[in-house]
Amino acid sequence: MSTQNPILDSKCPTGDIETRWDRHRFDMKQVNPANKRKFHIIIVGTGLAGGSAAATLAELGYKVTSLCIQDSPRRAHSIAAQGGINAAKNYPNDGDSIYRLFYDTVKGGDFRARESNVYRLAQVSNNIIDQATAQGVPFAREYGGHLDNRSFGGAQVSRTFYARGATGQQLLLGAYAAMSRQIQLGKIDMRPRREMLDVVKVDGVARGVICRNMVTGEYERYAGDAVLLCTGGYGNVFYLSTNAKASNVTASWRAHKRGAYFANPCYTQIHPTCIPVSGDHQSKLTLMSESLRNDGRVWVPKKAGDSRAINDIPEEERDYYLERRYPAFGNLVPRDVASRASKERCDAGFGVGPGGKSVYLDFAEAIQRDGEDTVRAKYGNLFHMYEKITDENPYERPMRIYPAVHYTMGGLWVDYNLESTVPGLFVLGEANFSDHGANRLGASALMQGLSDGYFVIPYTVCGHLAGRNLQPVSTSDEAFAEAEASVRERTDALLAVNGSRTVDSFHRELGLTMWDHCGMARNKDGLQQAIDKIGSLREEFWNDVRVLGSNEEFNQSLEKAGRVADFLEFAETFAMDALDRSESCGGHFREESQTEEGEALRDDDNYCYAAAWEYQGPDGKAALHKEDLNFEYVKLAQRSYK
Amino acid sequence: MKLNLRIWRQKDAAAEGAIETFELDGVSPDMSFLEMLDILNEKLVGEGTDPVAFDHDCREGVCGSCGAVVNGQVHGPDTETTLCQLHMRRFRDGDTVQIEPWRSRAFPVIRDLVVDRTAFDRIQQAGGYVSVDTGSAPDANILPVPKPDAERAFDYAECIGCGGCVAACPNGAAMLFTAAKVAHLATLPQGKVERDARVLAMVTQMDEEGFGACTNHYECTAACPKGVPIDAIATMNREYLRATFLSKEGV
Repeated sequence: MSTQNPILDSKCPTGDIETRWDRHRFDMKQVNPANKRKFHIIIVGTGLAGGSAAATLAELGYKVTSLCIQDSPRRAHSIAAQGGINAAKNYPNDGDSIYRLFYDTVKGGDFRARESNVYRLAQVSNNIIDQATAQGVPFAREYGGHLDNRSFGGAQVSRTFYARGATGQQLLLGAYAAMSRQIQLGKIDMRPRREMLDVVKVDGVARGVICRNMVTGEYERYAGDAVLLCTGGYGNVFYLSTNAKASNVTASWRAHKRGAYFANPCYTQIHPTCIPVSGDHQSKLTLMSESLRNDGRVWVPKKAGDSRAINDIPEEERDYYLERRYPAFGNLVPRDVASRASKERCDAGFGVGPGGKSVYLDFAEAIQRDGEDTVRAKYGNLFHMYEKITDENPYERPMRIYPAVHYTMGGLWVDYNLESTVPGLFVLGEANFSDHGANRLGASALMQGLSDGYFVIPYTVCGHLAGRNLQPVSTSDEAFAEAEASVRERTDALLAVNGSRTVDSFHRELGLTMWDHCGMARNKDGLQQAIDKIGSLREEFWNDVRVLGSNEEFNQSLEKAGRVADFLEFAETFAMDALDRSESCGGHFREESQTEEGEALRDDDNYCYAAAWEYQGPDGKAALHKEDLNFEYVKLAQRSYK
Repeated sequence: MKLNLRIWRQKDAAAEGAIETFELDGVSPDMSFLEMLDILNEKLVGEGTDPVAFDHDCREGVCGSCGAVVNGQVHGPDTETTLCQLHMRRFRDGDTVQIEPWRSRAFPVIRDLVVDRTAFDRIQQAGGYVSVDTGSAPDANILPVPKPDAERAFDYAECIGCGGCVAACPNGAAMLFTAAKVAHLATLPQGKVERDARVLAMVTQMDEEGFGACTNHYECTAACPKGVPIDAIATMNREYLRATFLSKEGV
């Protein structure tokens, strides 16, 4: 690891923050309407970011090819987002503004995001609500027919728009519908069941991708003028997470190997309200929306190891520890704070349930106050899901919850234009690193994905298309042949090992190592151990993995093997980044750096930067590039939610 | 517990399929149905047998990827439950469990339990949208929507596109899927502008895909993991009649 490298240029406009985005849009080169149809844009992923980008760029007249790993663009994992989407509409008249949303997001991210990006995000948040409503997204409404809001963590205003407990689904289906219209018009060429396995660069510029057709196994070449990666986060490096099973790091990692820097890989969001693990068979974890903390109260018994039944624990012997420690925000503290507080109680022996690995989320007071019907109307589908999984009725007894890996703030480094360090390669949504700093606030992921796709990329892609004098390329270019050959070689190697262990067994082992050493608390020795373990596990994988079947068929084991192989490389960079950042910030908690009260203690003198890693070969070799973060508007301060 | 599994195996669309039988021990009641298939597949890979292919992704009942006919019932025995949310506590030690893919002319088998549902995407593409370009929307609160209408629209919009309704219907009809989108948009003022063209185009596409006709068995709504209400179909029929008589664009 070397640290003597150029500092990255974010290309952020300077001056008055309120006019930065307007001035930037004016200064950027434009593509005239007739020329737009000459440009071909390849978009990988069809979640909120990829779906909204595909629809919008096609509406503008570009030729779009859209690729997704699922059998339909409607199934991308954005669909599972439950609680809501933030916007600074201030409909409730409770003091919200663009500036307040900006301020809360920068503070919530523990001062590790770019002010310019976050301000732009807050500015366009309102347009997203307008757009989605016009598409027919059935947001919750008041009796007067106007849109309803609720509260989420890290904010003292109600700015979250929602559609029962399925806001992500409804917003995604809105973007999918907009895409469908463009597919029908012939503007989007939609290719489902395709996995992107490489980025193709011609003369240093991203000009295409190599995909595997997951039904036939054929390798396909796609050439264009810009490539947009909208491929989500990498939480599945932990094996157990709330991510969908197909969520993976492969597209980002292969782009990284082609020159795109990976920023802040260690920034992981561990969400406080998830259903606890029930056994070794567990294949994924299920989130219970943060919106539940509007009415649910988190507690553990005051006595360690208290094994009494819930009803036998009198009120005065219950410790509502979030309300006790953070009276100003109570149960609605940000996710990183709530998760660490749960871990602290459980580690100290106060946890409940099997192995003492959970805390209560109790609705008794809300049910008594508002009635069961009101609670059912707000959270019915979440309660239903909880009961399905645990066989316990949350109307009668508190839910048991424990933190789980949920979202990754890190991702490919992008500048203000969302362009990576590979010219022509743009990265949108969770796949990039730009807006959430070291901790994402609830209901901000949907906002960012749709902001990037609907309202940012349509402007910023023009700078690349109009400014770079792109020459035509075809898939017969030798760069495509070289990329395809390297992808083929990797697949053949996986099939040739023919060892004794299944892909899943490696993935589970990697996940355990990550959870133990790179989870909610990290320290120098543990991270060093993790790096050693990941290296030896990777070696064992390539010597002993068993992948049956051939490439030329529908082969889910082979798909998984390719993804786990990439996770095994990526994990080392993740751990190295966590080791390098010896401060605590947001979701990254280094035990060596905490306040007397056990809160994350930043070290602004030494770590007020985004860490962007450049790939320098296998075995975790990487060079660190720093982007200094400047805070001109929100003053650097120790976060407090007390 | 120990189960006797009878599972449809089919190498690809062109191959002949058949039921194969597997014994599986060590199934925990806390497992989801898909986790049970996971441990079966781990065992099969260990024995050098190709694992059973099945579609799945979110495993929390909302992406619509998973689905199979379990002992003759779509998504298994529980109501309003996707296959991934079905848990093994619903079965008993020694049970025989038969697992088959969706059966429909419009959903060809790709492999084992995996079917091709792109017909649904084409129905949606025919008209399941509001034509509003990004950036052209007015303020969201300019058009109040009565709360009951918004709630009703949500009930329809909650469809996850899993295809269970088609598999449950004796006619292999896609009426509930198509109607859910038609009714969702017909219930909201934003969807009213294009209502006639939408219903005509979507119904035409539905027929072209080879789905059957509705003869009021209501199996679709009984099998639907999201409980999309059956009155969606009545709404679609009404919209269709209306459009047939009123539309300037013709049928």
